[in-house]
Amino acid sequence: MKNLVEVKNIKKNYGKNEAVKGISFSIEEDEILGLLGPNGSGKTTTIGMLLGLLKPTSGEIFINGQKLEGNRIEILEQINFISPYIELPKKLTVKQNLTVYGKLYKINNINERIEFLTEKLRLEGLLNNITGELSSGQKNRVSLAKALINEPKVLLLDEPTASLDPEVGDFVRSFLENYKKEKKISILLASHNMNEVTRLCKSILMMKDGIIIDKGNPEELINKHGRKNLEEVFLKLSRSKNELN
Amino acid sequence: MSLTRIYGLFLRHFYLITRSFPRVLDLVYWPTIQITLWGFISNFFATHTTYYNNAVGVILTCAILYDFLFRTSIGFNMLFLEEIWSRNFTNLFIAPMKIGEILTSLVATALIRALIGLIPAVLLTSPLFGISILDLGIFLFFLFLSLYLFGITLGILVSAGLLRYGPSFENIAWSTMFLLAPFGCIYYPIEILPDVFQKIAYLLPLVYIFEEARNILINQTVDIQNIYNAFLWNGVYFVLSIVLFYYSFNVAKNKGTLINMGE
Repeated sequence: MKNLVEVKNIKKNYGKNEAVKGISFSIEEDEILGLLGPNGSGKTTTIGMLLGLLKPTSGEIFINGQKLEGNRIEILEQINFISPYIELPKKLTVKQNLTVYGKLYKINNINERIEFLTEKLRLEGLLNNITGELSSGQKNRVSLAKALINEPKVLLLDEPTASLDPEVGDFVRSFLENYKKEKKISILLASHNMNEVTRLCKSILMMKDGIIIDKGNPEELINKHGRKNLEEVFLKLSRSKNELN
Repeated sequence: MSLTRIYGLFLRHFYLITRSFPRVLDLVYWPTIQITLWGFISNFFATHTTYYNNAVGVILTCAILYDFLFRTSIGFNMLFLEEIWSRNFTNLFIAPMKIGEILTSLVATALIRALIGLIPAVLLTSPLFGISILDLGIFLFFLFLSLYLFGITLGILVSAGLLRYGPSFENIAWSTMFLLAPFGCIYYPIEILPDVFQKIAYLLPLVYIFEEARNILINQTVDIQNIYNAFLWNGVYFVLSIVLFYYSFNVAKNKGTLINMGE
């Protein structure tokens, strides 16, 4: 399988504070990689660097074989991102928002793409609604539609099902699984929902204090640490001293 | 440069205006209020002083010109702030848009917003006060162009500050125009200012624009040198603002402002 994301020894310092201390990983196509870690472990900084919003202090990032530095625009055409901490303009209708982002990503057949995503993400009947007046679950699906408007090869998800009810959360997880399989895309999933990570991720990176302290598939990690589930592994690693240095 | 992307970002703000009547009203309201207020003040001066006796429309014309500058600058800042307030900032900066495309789109949108406010105000001056800003003739175009350039230059400078320092720079966004107004010699000749202030004022394009507007209206002559100086200083500040914006973008990428914006 081809690696769509390759991260080589990236570091990020904010003055004297080392937020990310030289991490490397890769994500194959048709793979969901879980990025776990307590608050302040460096997950958001890592995602920021992958999105080109943050410049690494050192190290290199390759997306679909292209180096991020010097090819930011070409790479941004191939990736997308959702997070509960960013929103679409609230006063615009769903269709207007998707049209605007369709234009920003230079999608040729915007209406067809919107129609496709509307059907896949159960957005029928919502297109002319004001985005700010939607429920959390509806907003989440609209954000997901925006994130898929450019048919990204790499999708970065930060807490994609936070604040969703179990039914909508399950719908989103099933959708992501199927979409990844169908389109052979790579997904980086940062989440504090351990059941979600266990269900979706083939492999996991555990971060703490800016480094990767452990990695493996969920079952391996559970067995290795002699715990019942991933949540217990997370707690053990979060509270212990760094395992891999 | 991609016209599709520039148009896309323009659409984002155009949709916002067309969806909300209060927003359109807000764009039209303040210029109209300004013009009406200054119209009555200038009428009063015209009948009670000798200086403005032969040029009733001077203050009013300058008020319209200043308001156009104010609307352009604030309009540009608003476009940028709107992205921060709506927490859409990150979405915009992870879209494959070049900085030049973002700036071009915002510059065009700011012009349209300013014109939406200006046109009704200009149309109102004639029936209410018997004054037409069109008395400035063909040079009106150059004065407006010069003001527009300075307005967006200020907008780009403030946006650069927002990128560099984050939302805390917002207060500066509102106060820039008020800070510069005394040096702009909008309603009075430059000779009124103390010597030190005059030296500062001559470094701004505003003084040349408003001196020339008064010159045309009062003396009925045109001093091309004033218009040339205004464009010269505008060019200097415009280039400076673009350089600063790119610099701030790079600083923001190093400091992490882009991912923390709006939080």
